[in-house]
Amino acid sequence: MRDVAIIGTGETKVGEHWDVSLRHLALEAIQAALADAGVATVDALYVGNMLAGELAGQEHLGALVADFAGLSGVEALRVEAADASGAAALRVGYMAVAGGLADIVVVVGVEKMTDALAGEIVYGRSLATDGDYESAVGGSLTAVNALLMRRYMHEYGYAQRDFAPFAVNAHRNAVHNPQAMFRFPITPERFAAAPMVCDPINLFDSAPAADGAAAVVLAPGDAARTFSAVPVRIRASAVGTDALAVHDRHHPLLLRSAALAAQRAYEQAGVTPQDIDLFELHGSFGILAALSLEAAGFAAPGQGVRMALDGEIGLTGRIPIATMGGLKARGHPAGATGVYQVVEVVHQLRGLAGENQVPNARLGMTQSLGGSGGTAITHILERME
Amino acid sequence: MNIPRNWRLQQQRYRLEGEVCEKCGARIFPARDICPECEAPAKTPLVFSGKGEVYSYTTVHTPPQGFEEFAPYILALIQLEEGPLITAQLTDVDADHVDIGMPVEMVTRKVQGGGAEGPIVYGYKFRPVLHATVHAAPHE
Ligand SMILES: [Zn+2]
Repeated sequence: MRDVAIIGTGETKVGEHWDVSLRHLALEAIQAALADAGVATVDALYVGNMLAGELAGQEHLGALVADFAGLSGVEALRVEAADASGAAALRVGYMAVAGGLADIVVVVGVEKMTDALAGEIVYGRSLATDGDYESAVGGSLTAVNALLMRRYMHEYGYAQRDFAPFAVNAHRNAVHNPQAMFRFPITPERFAAAPMVCDPINLFDSAPAADGAAAVVLAPGDAARTFSAVPVRIRASAVGTDALAVHDRHHPLLLRSAALAAQRAYEQAGVTPQDIDLFELHGSFGILAALSLEAAGFAAPGQGVRMALDGEIGLTGRIPIATMGGLKARGHPAGATGVYQVVEVVHQLRGLAGENQVPNARLGMTQSLGGSGGTAITHILERME
Repeated sequence: MNIPRNWRLQQQRYRLEGEVCEKCGARIFPARDICPECEAPAKTPLVFSGKGEVYSYTTVHTPPQGFEEFAPYILALIQLEEGPLITAQLTDVDADHVDIGMPVEMVTRKVQGGGAEGPIVYGYKFRPVLHATVHAAPHE
């Protein structure tokens, strides 16, 4: 297998883009990434997307986006793994370059959610749960995560307000991210006063549905320097899976998919959690942030929330998370989110994160979850010295 | 949800029919045909008792399309007395009176539908265990 490097990135602002179509969002991110990499043509395009068929009335995104982005004729496929779709598209692009099947690949994650009505969006996101046994009985994605959260509170003795530091940290970091959806800080008091969505998950504990697109350009590692002054090597790329339904898992509070993906990634890279300088995790709800920290080996079971309460997730903490706002405040455009996470880690490793720069960031990790953890996809990225 | 899909699930919906693994004895719900404990084929039907206790619960204030008429409703994970967890709505109870560990039993209720959303779907919900009515024995 060949080394694979990221030689360019692009992203649109995350938000409610009523005036911009899905194809225009994808185009903007791809053009920015190609310009950053200094390339005009690619061998393949992989599109990560979760909900275009349900919410944007469009399938067949590979050819659509390739044609619209001026790449007509190239190999182009859409990759789907619920809200880990963006990370899944990167995984496919990585395999193509690592395996020598393509040299220059562009990966774009794109999602257009906010045209739809609120109930349609809740229904669309619920398609990531088990359709016969969770969503069929009224289980929204938020509801099944709320079931995890209440059980976690019961087993480990936490209160709902103890989850506030995840949202407070995310909002604090989004203030300095020009691409973020919610660029304002929140207080623990404001968190506690937010209305319930599916209690104990309230509005400020939930990542917002959004529109957006993010893209990266991949190249073989040995050629990366001809394109980019500061390329970033993909040291690990790994996928783990588990039952879609929470009720089908042996231990609902242990995210097996995330533990498997993280373990495989650490083995590929030959590193341990102690070597990771920042971790862009899938904090669509505080409970998933906590369970991800635990599954990836940064905290013991039941200690993920304690880490956040102890201030260890901030930019200068033991393991910074949501450094550009995370899913909660940058926004969560479902199938685009996995690529945003990677773009943000690349910014950190290149020293381009501005006010949010993690000091001496050399090794960064991303972890994207589909649904409540049926899929987990982990990438470890390293600044090439 | 369309009619054939609901029809295929009727044994699970109306009778809590799952499976038992002939090799290791695991009792499996929902049916999945391969034992999650030992990975042997498991296709022997087993009807569950419908008794269990609340493992976790939430009140859904923002429902998916198709469930608006029920909101707010209580969704729960129930640990069945045979072992497996099941996701289901609670009925005949206020959220204020639900606790983890509360004994519950299965009942059949309307789960979805009517009107523009498609056919009415009946299936399992769970309610607090009612104390059995004791009929006074006739005095001799
Ligand atoms: Zn078995």
